[in-house]
Amino acid sequence: MIYHLTVILLCQLAGEFLTQSLDLIVPGPVVGMIILLLLFFFVPKVAEAIQPTALGLLSHLSLLFVPAGVGIVGHLDRMGSDGVPILIALAVSTALAITVAALVFVGVCRLVGDPK
Amino acid sequence: MTSFPEIWTFLSQEPLMWLTATLLAYAIGDSIFLKSGKRPYVNPVLIAVTLLAVLLWVTDVSYPTYFEGAKFVHFMLGPATVALAAPLYANLGKVRQAAVPMIAALIAGSTTAILSVLGIAYALGVRGEVLLSLAPKSVTAPVALGISEAIGGSPTLTAVLVILTGVMGAVMATPLLNLLGIKDWKARGFAIGVASHGIGTARAFQVNETAGAFAGIGMALNAILTAIIAPIIVLLFF
Repeated sequence: MIYHLTVILLCQLAGEFLTQSLDLIVPGPVVGMIILLLLFFFVPKVAEAIQPTALGLLSHLSLLFVPAGVGIVGHLDRMGSDGVPILIALAVSTALAITVAALVFVGVCRLVGDPK
Repeated sequence: MTSFPEIWTFLSQEPLMWLTATLLAYAIGDSIFLKSGKRPYVNPVLIAVTLLAVLLWVTDVSYPTYFEGAKFVHFMLGPATVALAAPLYANLGKVRQAAVPMIAALIAGSTTAILSVLGIAYALGVRGEVLLSLAPKSVTAPVALGISEAIGGSPTLTAVLVILTGVMGAVMATPLLNLLGIKDWKARGFAIGVASHGIGTARAFQVNETAGAFAGIGMALNAILTAIIAPIIVLLFF
């Protein structure tokens, strides 16, 4: 488990290094994810070993958003008098984005004849 | 013997107190979520955040003091993002097969997310910095803050809007997708990831591993695409 976590942290560190040195817009951890994926490709054994630790980390992904969530409570007043319009815009837009993305995905699947 | 108020004064400034409180609040939220039969509107993040916000308000503890303890949890967001490579690798066959639908859904979903939030807010009278802060609301927080700054929004306000969008997406996705009759886990997960980033992805993992993997890809791809098209859309229309 400690070895697995070390590999994950090394990937993140390499990702941060690349983002900083190449001035990328993509955050370090996302680059780290791509690096780990490449590592899995070239050394499939690593994938097998790390899988349980990685899935363990992800099984409570929700928990990791709690500190940032508490942080925004103090800033809710930043919406000011625009609070209600903003909440309406966020809710409708999120529903539309989910609907459009899901319908296009399924529609294109049918067009290109994906067997499911 | 030290009196209780003195012990409290000491402990309430300690990281241990707030790390424990964060885990405890989440455990309460998660157990309510499980007891409800995993109902989507019983969101463990929302419950934990509400409990902690009330607790901090009642005990008059500042957010920086709280974060001294909570930062250990917050830090794990980075490694967890890297760990998304695991379900992605496990679902690689499905990902390869779905490359074309994914690209189409990404472009359609991402554009809809930006245009609709700006259009609706504008129609309701929102203008200026607040309006621009809305554009990257569907993108994972670290990237969204950068986009917001680049197009003239307020990064702090964008952070608030991003989290709200995540929670909204996590709460509405299941009933909405059921209503649309979409049964494909790939499509369901991908749509949630594009529209509501990490918090949506966390919800997708609670439901199905394939959905979670596709949500993770949707989140990562939308971060990149929005960074490119949000400035263009803002330049064209606003």
